Amino acid sequence: MKLFNEPSPLETRIISFRFGLENSASLDTYLAHDGYKALRKALEMTPDDVINEVKASNLRGRGGAGFPTGLKWSFVPRASEKPKYIVVNADESEPGTCKDRLLIQNDPHQLIEGVLLGAIAVGAKKGWIYIRGEYNYLIAIMDKAIEEAYKNGFLGKNICGTEFEFDLYTHTGAGAYECGEESALLESLEGKRGVPRIRPPFPAISGAFQAPTLLNNVETFASVPAILRMGGAAYADLGVPKSGGTRMVCMSGHVNKPGVYEVPLGFPMMKFVNEIGGGIWKGRQLKAIIPGGSSSPLLTAEECDIPMDYDSIAKAGSMLGSGGLMVMDETTDMVKLALRIMRFYQHESCGWCIPCREGTTWLKKMLQRVTDGHGQTRDIDLIGDLAQNMLGRTFCPLGDAAAMPTIAIVKKYRNEFEAYVAKNPFAASELVSIS
Amino acid sequence: MTFSPELEAKFADLVTHYPEGRQRAALIPMLMFGQDEIGSVTQEMMDEFGKRLGLSTMQVDEVVGYYSMLHKKPMGKFHVQVCTNVACMLRGGAELYDHACHKLGLGHKQVSADGRISLEEVECMGACSWAPAIQVNYDFHHEVSTDQLDTILEGLQ
Amino acid sequence: MALVNVTINGVSVQAENGALLIEVAKQNGIEIPAFCYYEGMSLQAACRMCLVEVEKAPKLMAGCTLPVAEGMVVRTESEPVVKARKTTLEFLLSNHPLDCPVCDKGGECELQDMTFKYGVGESRFTEAKQHVPEKQWSPVVFYDAPRCILCYRCVRVCSEGMGVGALGVANRGVYSEIIPSHGDHLECDECGSCIDICPVGSLTSGIYRYKTRPWEMEHVGTVCTHCSNGCKTTLGVRNNEIVRGNNRDRSGINGEFLCVKGRYAFDFNHHPERLQTPLIRNGDGVLEEASWSRALKLVAEKFKALAGPKFGVIGSTRTTNEENFLLQKFARTALGTANIDHHRSGDVVTLVDSLSGKSGQLATVADVYTAKAVLVIATDLSQQHPLLANNVRANFRHHKAAVYAVTPGPVREDKIARKFLRSAEADSIAAVEQLREALSKAGDLVILFGDSIQGDKVRQLVAFGESLGIPVKYVCLVDYANSRGAMDMGMLPDLGPGYHATAPGLSLHQMLAATDLSALWVVGANPLKGGKKLASVGAFVVVQDLFLTETAQRADVVLPAGSAYEKNGTVTNVCGQVQRIKKGIETVGSKADLAIFGLLARGMGISLGAVDADTIFAEIAATVPGYSQLPMPIILTGGAAQTHPVNGRVPASTVPGNISSARDTLFTTGSLTRYSKILNEVLEKPGALYR
Ligand SMILES: Cc1cc2nc3c(=O)[nH]c(=O)nc-3n(C[C@H](O)[C@H](O)[C@H](O)COP(=O)(O)O)c2cc1C
Ligand code: SF4
Ligand code: FES
Repeated sequence: MKLFNEPSPLETRIISFRFGLENSASLDTYLAHDGYKALRKALEMTPDDVINEVKASNLRGRGGAGFPTGLKWSFVPRASEKPKYIVVNADESEPGTCKDRLLIQNDPHQLIEGVLLGAIAVGAKKGWIYIRGEYNYLIAIMDKAIEEAYKNGFLGKNICGTEFEFDLYTHTGAGAYECGEESALLESLEGKRGVPRIRPPFPAISGAFQAPTLLNNVETFASVPAILRMGGAAYADLGVPKSGGTRMVCMSGHVNKPGVYEVPLGFPMMKFVNEIGGGIWKGRQLKAIIPGGSSSPLLTAEECDIPMDYDSIAKAGSMLGSGGLMVMDETTDMVKLALRIMRFYQHESCGWCIPCREGTTWLKKMLQRVTDGHGQTRDIDLIGDLAQNMLGRTFCPLGDAAAMPTIAIVKKYRNEFEAYVAKNPFAASELVSIS
Repeated sequence: MTFSPELEAKFADLVTHYPEGRQRAALIPMLMFGQDEIGSVTQEMMDEFGKRLGLSTMQVDEVVGYYSMLHKKPMGKFHVQVCTNVACMLRGGAELYDHACHKLGLGHKQVSADGRISLEEVECMGACSWAPAIQVNYDFHHEVSTDQLDTILEGLQ
Repeated sequence: MALVNVTINGVSVQAENGALLIEVAKQNGIEIPAFCYYEGMSLQAACRMCLVEVEKAPKLMAGCTLPVAEGMVVRTESEPVVKARKTTLEFLLSNHPLDCPVCDKGGECELQDMTFKYGVGESRFTEAKQHVPEKQWSPVVFYDAPRCILCYRCVRVCSEGMGVGALGVANRGVYSEIIPSHGDHLECDECGSCIDICPVGSLTSGIYRYKTRPWEMEHVGTVCTHCSNGCKTTLGVRNNEIVRGNNRDRSGINGEFLCVKGRYAFDFNHHPERLQTPLIRNGDGVLEEASWSRALKLVAEKFKALAGPKFGVIGSTRTTNEENFLLQKFARTALGTANIDHHRSGDVVTLVDSLSGKSGQLATVADVYTAKAVLVIATDLSQQHPLLANNVRANFRHHKAAVYAVTPGPVREDKIARKFLRSAEADSIAAVEQLREALSKAGDLVILFGDSIQGDKVRQLVAFGESLGIPVKYVCLVDYANSRGAMDMGMLPDLGPGYHATAPGLSLHQMLAATDLSALWVVGANPLKGGKKLASVGAFVVVQDLFLTETAQRADVVLPAGSAYEKNGTVTNVCGQVQRIKKGIETVGSKADLAIFGLLARGMGISLGAVDADTIFAEIAATVPGYSQLPMPIILTGGAAQTHPVNGRVPASTVPGNISSARDTLFTTGSLTRYSKILNEVLEKPGALYR
């Protein structure tokens, strides 16, 4: 399966520049294009130097939360009685996100190299790539690359002829969005139900198998080789202050040229949609954009004229999140959208905590009823209120992820809910069940 | 219970991937691979993996019930999964799913009488930029139109 | 640990740095509501009831997992907090059946209480609720999934508390529910802890459900009669019938713990075969119902005539201290015999002798929970001593105790043992040597040993313990509710109360084997169990018991006795801890053994002094070494106080064969539990599940 879109000339291809090369996943291709250069460099550096370089790059986590990566790396204790581990989050299940898949499919060695750099930085000797179960074919690609790396002295003992050693494995998930949440992922990695853990302790202190663990997203690790090659500061300069470098942004929905494009942080969102994405399809008007996966509150067309970096999007009331940018044209039914989003979170709620488990279920039922034409005016307020009652009260951020988009949609497109309610002949009556 | 020699070899290797004493970690991959070979997660398989990893059947059951890709009942030889999540929905995923329902005469998680095909409406599977997408077993099909869906379904023999 | 200053609701308090806020609040009289938080069990932070406002925190924080730190300012009842609680309850109730009027938990439901306190009266939920039918997992455990709030208390009490792990969680999200160990049914200890700990009416008890409302019961705090561990239990009594046993108020040495016997097996008390009228053997050799006055008259006359050195008396491991004390006094003074014994199940006597001159070396139940190390020898503790086993587990969980097991076969303690050895019981003392090095570094140690360690082996074990150079305490394991008390009270052929030497008489086995006994008086014991014969064919046999046991069937007169639930008095548990039992009910036709002794004395025209439990206990306290220093207020208010019988050399020799434990498991205690309907129903292969 050939899986990458035509690159756009407006892209800045730092971590995707090997996409499209002949046999891009092979070690030969990788070595021919700067492959494992950063590793060789890092083997000459101290762990602190590596971490400082990452800090200087202003790289922030690409998994969703956007936590400064260098800082996270520095949290892993230097000295530890237990072995330290690396875990790569390749669960990629935030709706709208399909970039980690490309990074593994087209350039698995870049990920391996990124992991090795992390291992040098924190002193880990073993790691796992947790790949969502649906990406079965990627596991084969990754395993092949790992095997090649072992054969050529990039994994195993005496890496590049040095004392450095590292073992890397793939590990399959089995269908659970919640297992993308880092602590639930670790539970799942240990062979358990994917229920999040109480934090603190954070994975850096007690992660996989209760040992200090460095856990990052695929794209985060994949960005580090370039950082070491070009230098942290130069990488940071590609982006904007506090949001260094480039990001893989997954464009989907009502655009002419959907695809995954690498752009510098701070790239204007409308330019991204109109110039890289070729504008709204079928000659229609833009209605709204979900900027960072379905957990991020949508922005109305008027709100979209902003640069794509963590802080600017946050200022606009949303999140850059996982980089899943979903574009909606004027015909989009926002009530149905809200229902579809809630159906997802209800399906994926792990069930551990009350507000999320019951809140998503209740909201789904109500949104379904409104969509079916049986809604009442007070339901609209109730939907907003219930979502608000979940916000900030759940055990892990999945509850927030369900609440935030709902609150935004109800607030910004209340008129559409009202239109649905108006279809209900009994909308005004006070029907109360006694169950 | 025994599996094919290849799978047994894979299992044998798999348990070495995890720290000593933490072999339970192999459970979910084992269930996935076992299901791929047997067709579903059977009671026998749960007992067997439990025994191998030092878990009670109930502990295995707890895990199986959690993950949406693990099925205790066999799905069809060809398990057709249609994504209707936001990105796919925006590009006709829901209509595609309806089409599949009618075409196959099956609903969510239903299996054809001959056991050949089953259908499932699934959540986002990471094909958003190539929506709408379906997966038949592990094979992705991207930007699927209803006509293409017909062709794909007809080709499942 | 360092103290920090924390402000809760405007009051500044001091607390240990890192202590959990919910605990700190509790210590200062502030309740933070919680469903999933449960003291002593692992943290969940799942229910979100405990959310509180913490200054400078961006959102409400879960008090159950929040470690306090210097300068923390917390509000537990502020407006946002109360609103959060309301909404959490609203979420919880959205899928919870509102069938409180017909729910078994009504009146003692934590969800009901919480809703009463914080909830809103009106429901905004108008969607259909999800329904799943109720399931029965075992004769005693029912599960109603819709009522389940998924607090995981049951799962934790089973895996962490009991070490069984028979409950799990199936499915995901709103479909999550609790599942039993074996598909559609439970195989476990059937202890019922999960039912008790369930805050709502999701897990209900097969024998209690729908029998009564909590407020219609009288609650009687007494001690379980089934094994030597002496768990406190609160009987729920309604219309002179025990309908429930639990210890939710955590009074007593067992906290909330009860095993299957403690929780359910009181039902023997109402068994239809319970004797309710005296029986006298008639001319045809058939036991025939008779009035109390006739029976007592006959026995008194016979006793008077047959008194003397050929008279045999067998006391009980189940009757009270007062009864045993009075019985041996009766025998030694009024009947003029030294042939006194009871069924001995552990060599307490030699232990007491070996420790002579030392003090404080008999462990309490609490010591088993706090010792740095615990050594279990030649016993299946989890099966035979459920509370002690529970405390070993809790010690391991809470204090990382080093547990060692030396047993002939696998035991549950293996799972938590730092090291376990397989050794034939005969070789256990030799095997223990292998642990010498580890044990000598243990800090302090409690050794629990079974009945096969007797005589010289006890001395060797104590010598071993002494040679470790660390403080060591011992528990000589014995079988029944008052096995230990029977010995303390002098139900022994050569030792009187307090292990004082007396003129020697026949042991139990010697009495059975003697051919010239004039009479045998058996109180609350069944020495002829298992087809044993009384060699003295002509002896006049009187048996006081609850049921027509094998021994009672040989009796000339059978007097129906009251059970431990039907009388007042004290019992002494395996660790020598004295506790009070309290009368909860009455069975028509039976009389407490103590009352029977008094009536017989009167019939014989002799005086034993006032025959009521309190007076006799006062006499015990005044005269029996070890019982004289007991803090009365503690015992009288339902607490437990340990006796210290170590009082110099005990001149008794252990005769092999005199001591043997019945090795009852969780599901058997012979004499009584074979009449427990519920215990017979839940019979499982003991131990097969968790080994
Ligand atoms: C419900 C939920 C789902 C998540 N799913 C993913 C995911 O699929 N992939 C991912 O990399 N991070 C995911 N995250 C974020 C991770 O918890 C974590 O922050 C991230 O993997 C850390 O890596 P980073 O710092 O490199 O971003 C998810 C978080 C939540 C709360
Ligand atoms: S918010 Fe609660 S129920 Fe939802 S996924 Fe997180 S822990 Fe599970
Ligand atoms: S008690 Fe804190 S979340 Fe349940």
